[in-house]
Amino acid sequence: MAELIYDKTGRLLFTKEMKEEYTILFPTMLPVHFGLIARIIEREGYKLEMLTTNHRNIVDEGLKYVHNDTCYPALLVIGQLIDAVKSGKYDPHKVALLITQTGGGCRASNYIHLLRKALVKAGLEYIPVISLNLSGLEHNPGFKLNLDIIRKAIFGLMYGDIIVQSANQVRPYEVEEGKTERTIEEVENHLLEEMEKGKGLSFKSMVENFDHIVAAFKAIPVQGEPKVRVGVVGEIYIKYSPLGNNNLEQFLLSEGAEPVVPGLTDFIIFKIYNREVDVDIYGGKLAKKAACAALRHYIEKCQRAMIDAMKRGGFRAPGTFQDLRRLIKGYLGEGNKMGEGWLLTAEMLELIHSGTPNIVCTQPFGCLPNHIVGKGMIRKLKDDYPNSNIVAIDYDPGATKINQENRIKLMLANARALARQAAQQEPETAGEEVHV
Amino acid sequence: MSLRIGIDIGSTTVKVVVLDEKNKLLFRSYERHYSKARERAAETLRSIEEKLRGQQVRIAITGSAGLGVAKAADIDFVQEVYATAAAVNTYIPDTDAVIELGGEDAKIIFFGGALEERMNGSCAGGTGAFIDQMATLMNVTVNELDELSLKHEKIYPIASRCGVFAKSDIQPILNQGGRKEDVAASIFQAVVDQTVAGLTQGRELKGKIVFLGGPLHFLQGLRQRFVETLKLDEAHAIFPEDGDCFAGIGAALCATDFAECSFDEMLDRLEKSVDNVGLVDTMPPLFQDQAEYDAFLARHNAMHPPEVDINTYSGDAWLGIDAGSTTTKMVLITADGGLLYTYYHSNLGNPVAIVLDQLKELYNLCGDRIVIKGAAVTGYGEDLIKNAFSCDAGLVETVAHYNAARHFTPDVDFIIDIGGQDMKCFKIRNGAVDSIMLNEACSSGCGSFIETFAKALGYNIADFSKLGLLAQHPVNLGSRCTVFMNSSVKQAQKDGASVEDISAGLSISIVKNAVYKVIRAANADDLGKHIVVQGGTFHNDAVLRAFELELGRNVTRPTIAGIMGAFGAALAARDLHLDKSSILTAEDLKTFSHTAKPVTCNLCTNHCSLTVNTFDGGRRFISGNRCSRPLGKERTENPDLMHYKYKRLRALHGKGAGNGVRGRMGIPFGLNMYENLPFWFEFFTRLNFEVVLSPESSRKLYLKGQHTIPSDTVCYPAKLLHGHVEALVEEGVDAIWYPCMSYNNDEGIGDNHYNCPVVAYYPELLAANVPMLKQTRFLNPYVGLWRHKDFTKRIAVIMEQEFNIPKRETEAAAKAAYTAYDTYLHDVRETGKRYIEYARARDMPIIVACGRPYHIDPEINHGINDLITSFGFVLVTEDALSYLEGYAPRKVLNQWTFQSRMYNAARYVCTQPDMQVVQLVSFGCGTDAITTDEMRDILESGGKLYTQLKIDDISNLGAVTIRVRSLMAAMDARKHQD
Repeated sequence: MAELIYDKTGRLLFTKEMKEEYTILFPTMLPVHFGLIARIIEREGYKLEMLTTNHRNIVDEGLKYVHNDTCYPALLVIGQLIDAVKSGKYDPHKVALLITQTGGGCRASNYIHLLRKALVKAGLEYIPVISLNLSGLEHNPGFKLNLDIIRKAIFGLMYGDIIVQSANQVRPYEVEEGKTERTIEEVENHLLEEMEKGKGLSFKSMVENFDHIVAAFKAIPVQGEPKVRVGVVGEIYIKYSPLGNNNLEQFLLSEGAEPVVPGLTDFIIFKIYNREVDVDIYGGKLAKKAACAALRHYIEKCQRAMIDAMKRGGFRAPGTFQDLRRLIKGYLGEGNKMGEGWLLTAEMLELIHSGTPNIVCTQPFGCLPNHIVGKGMIRKLKDDYPNSNIVAIDYDPGATKINQENRIKLMLANARALARQAAQQEPETAGEEVHV
Repeated sequence: MSLRIGIDIGSTTVKVVVLDEKNKLLFRSYERHYSKARERAAETLRSIEEKLRGQQVRIAITGSAGLGVAKAADIDFVQEVYATAAAVNTYIPDTDAVIELGGEDAKIIFFGGALEERMNGSCAGGTGAFIDQMATLMNVTVNELDELSLKHEKIYPIASRCGVFAKSDIQPILNQGGRKEDVAASIFQAVVDQTVAGLTQGRELKGKIVFLGGPLHFLQGLRQRFVETLKLDEAHAIFPEDGDCFAGIGAALCATDFAECSFDEMLDRLEKSVDNVGLVDTMPPLFQDQAEYDAFLARHNAMHPPEVDINTYSGDAWLGIDAGSTTTKMVLITADGGLLYTYYHSNLGNPVAIVLDQLKELYNLCGDRIVIKGAAVTGYGEDLIKNAFSCDAGLVETVAHYNAARHFTPDVDFIIDIGGQDMKCFKIRNGAVDSIMLNEACSSGCGSFIETFAKALGYNIADFSKLGLLAQHPVNLGSRCTVFMNSSVKQAQKDGASVEDISAGLSISIVKNAVYKVIRAANADDLGKHIVVQGGTFHNDAVLRAFELELGRNVTRPTIAGIMGAFGAALAARDLHLDKSSILTAEDLKTFSHTAKPVTCNLCTNHCSLTVNTFDGGRRFISGNRCSRPLGKERTENPDLMHYKYKRLRALHGKGAGNGVRGRMGIPFGLNMYENLPFWFEFFTRLNFEVVLSPESSRKLYLKGQHTIPSDTVCYPAKLLHGHVEALVEEGVDAIWYPCMSYNNDEGIGDNHYNCPVVAYYPELLAANVPMLKQTRFLNPYVGLWRHKDFTKRIAVIMEQEFNIPKRETEAAAKAAYTAYDTYLHDVRETGKRYIEYARARDMPIIVACGRPYHIDPEINHGINDLITSFGFVLVTEDALSYLEGYAPRKVLNQWTFQSRMYNAARYVCTQPDMQVVQLVSFGCGTDAITTDEMRDILESGGKLYTQLKIDDISNLGAVTIRVRSLMAAMDARKHQD
């Protein structure tokens, strides 16, 4: 069995030996993206498992080991990991836990510390915790991300976004139930095979893959009238994770709506761009700013390619990061960077501008940044766009699905009424035009 | 066109309406459904069957609990707010807004332009169910509550966020003798404030307002409060005749769009449909069978004190009184703890009357045989009762409970007491009370919550909890505050859970709340080996069993669990060893009288709501005060750094060293300005601005800005800012300076130096939500103070752009500002040092208040500092000590400047024998979810006590007093050991 080795601050390390013996568990946030990236990392010789569990005990474990007033995502992520460790499925002495760490003024930067505290409390302090971050925090001899993996991960991220965005536009209309899910799997396998062969890792082949993905989804037979589109924005975990948002997308589908969920790429660019903004506002090293800008430009280039591919394939494409920056002017400063920061409001603006004024703004109960950038901006959005129809939904261990769904239903009823109104007004306006 | 039927199934009632083709109401009903909604609706329809048989009808169901029924019976569903809007549009066209209160929902619908709706979020309960709860608490019917409210003289401030908070406010007012009439009106006012604050979210309520829903339909007092608060005249406050079933009417109107069906066939479908039994989340039963329950009972009943017959005993006796929040307990004991007499009863909102009756009864029973040699009081009503009957001593509840527990289990190491209103638990270490944990305001529902719930379902508490004992599938209701549980129960009912399973589930929830929310234990070993449970709630076998199951070990419940506080008080009275008790004699009681009058103290800006109790012979007792001044005594003048800092900061306005020619610069006095004001004051006065500080915070100022608060769960200090900036605009300042600051100063003691997101970006929220700010220049650029050179360069550009100030001048001002800020910091530290020396010269204990800079605002801390110093402490703040320790790694990410100071101050306190920490925490402060555990860790591993004071817009200091006194008792006990 691998020896437990600590660094000089007393942090338990993930050693090379552990890489051989241990299974690394990590929580789900975005099933498609994370699944894809996990399989990329797996190919580097790690045993990796994404937890897709979704049952009450996760919340209970979270309540037990995390301060109950901490945000709900912390409770769920930590609850899910501890629940898995205790499930009997794994040898607790042969698992490690992986968690992302973002940094920033939000309390979410504390998840990894809260996880360690929880492990001590649960008597599981011998389990190593690996931080997944791009800021060079917390090194582990047995877990090293080289440039190659990082590049593949960025590709995985882009592929994840285009897959999810395309799939979301097809799923509500598919003729044959489950066809979209199967296509996702097929596309993923294809991409991984390509990577395996060392292919698909140039910008050019990424663009080809984009076209391949878009074509695969476009080929799915669809039927029916366009449905009411509902945008989903919010705190990143709650927004994406079905465990966090009580299967929100599923619920919207079952209510006859088409969910529109902005991708992860903008968030990544946002986090990089923040470092550049900091230098502008407060001062700092210009070299650091330039390095961030270079990375950002590369990802933005990939994003543009993705958008073009979607347009070519006949899908509605999201705007670029620069579009979002233009939209946010007059609402929030670019210095507003904690949590989802100004990006959250910008995403709502983009949805409104792209004909999806119906929005569910999700957040954990008492989410600090969302007081400002979520709930705090709805008033102004409503003033500027009277047709915007935004409902803020809080998620926490005590909030019941029935209340959440009732509020979403209200938003949907409103959305349908607005759509009817618009449909009635259109012929009138058309008539006026003829008259003129 | 056919008849249309609308069925509105709410959380507590069913409304059925029938409309004819001209939208005329043919039939309406409003009935409670006692969680049998579908049956109730079907019965009502059956009762009008004659009129409708054979007809074609259109039907729609609406309501918060209607969805399941609609699905099961295959009837169309309309969202209830949408339905209401439809009805209002049809019957009262030019409406501007609708306020609708239901059983558990509160809604505002704004008309005009696009329809806009607001429903109460997951943290709001000031609704019909809340009013029911409050009526139960005051032991009146809802109608009586209404009548009482119409005769009010004054309104007490009652927390308006959710029912649980309001309850903790009302209880002490009742216990201290506040008038029921005033409390009743205050309850309605709280509902109004809740609705206005929680739901308007930045949109003003004006124009023609329609009031709907049961409570507003039936309760005149509530109507009155709304009309007065919103300043509406008759033409603008509309209370429609059928306001209680508008949603039903709306559903009927919406049914126009749905398909016709035959009435008989529809009713048949409704009756035959089985409610969609969803997947109820269940847990294992409390007891497998009766035999297991019997064994459990036998084990616990063995733990009882000797009983002595009061009718034959002669000798000395001691009296203990526990004037609790909802119940009054009394015990008379012999020298060895034998029980002569016990009493446990709801205090019906007036503990004085109860104790008076009981004392008379006792004197009767005692005759000449028994002499009461001492009497002690504990509990919420301690002061009142002690003064009313001139008892010999008063003691804090925690100590009373420990006294009692020790009597039964000498080696007790953990005590948990769940009463009607509060939960207390503490460890016993080396024979002294240690680590006191009280429930935070948000989970104080506890025992009285089950009781209210039982009543709502039509049971008394004893029967209700018995139901759960042998329930086979207890429902998992989670472990959050009671308002959430209400909706969890609603969901469980909808999913077909039985009353038995709900009863068991509620008991388990209460236990989970205690274990995971209050105690925050991971396992039984965290608590102790010898656990004694007490408090009325543990008389409930279901709760006790759930507790044992949750911990996985047996605990001790004395048979007198419900009166342990009184028992402990009696033991304390005995241990006074008095020759004669000062308690009123039987003779005195004959002429005893008691009146209570509310007054507002005007001796300082706190404006405490006092209750003046007058007893026979002109004896007076004043309650509700925070300091000794209304009692005719001088304010205690112990050194108090919070007070010092506040006064020093408040003085920072005017022209300073400049001449003020550039105009008047308004600065809102809130959040980080409590730290950065010395900097900005110097900066702007040097630039020849006159600095105008917003007025001192007050409830009134809060209410002024309340209507523009978009997020009702943000902390109170942030909410206050809305009033501050509005006041500045009214002042007519030329500009308001309130910059965004992601980062604070870097004091080198943390891993980073952020502000929390709310402090950092609140200026942007204000800009987007306070319409008045458009009348002024609101300057909220991003700045960072910690890089002096970079800041100077950047602020010079900003000042040039905004005010054409030459860069040179700004640079000089910035330099002076940095010096001024350093001087301020130095002064705070030096003053702190002097205060500590003062304390040490007089051998006084020192309390270090750890919080945020803005916690020194008296409206935020409600005079906690006065209270602490009145107990004989010297008070200093975290920033006066934090510099004495350097950087050290923490187990959490130490990334916020203000929070880092607390960690350091706590570390320093651990090295000082005469200091203890009190941590101030604002409700809703997300960062403190992280700091509180870490502070506890630091202090306890350093051998210190941990005391947390949670503060809110609640202005009652009852819970704070218990904590501070418990801390004192624990300090005393430690001293005695040393």
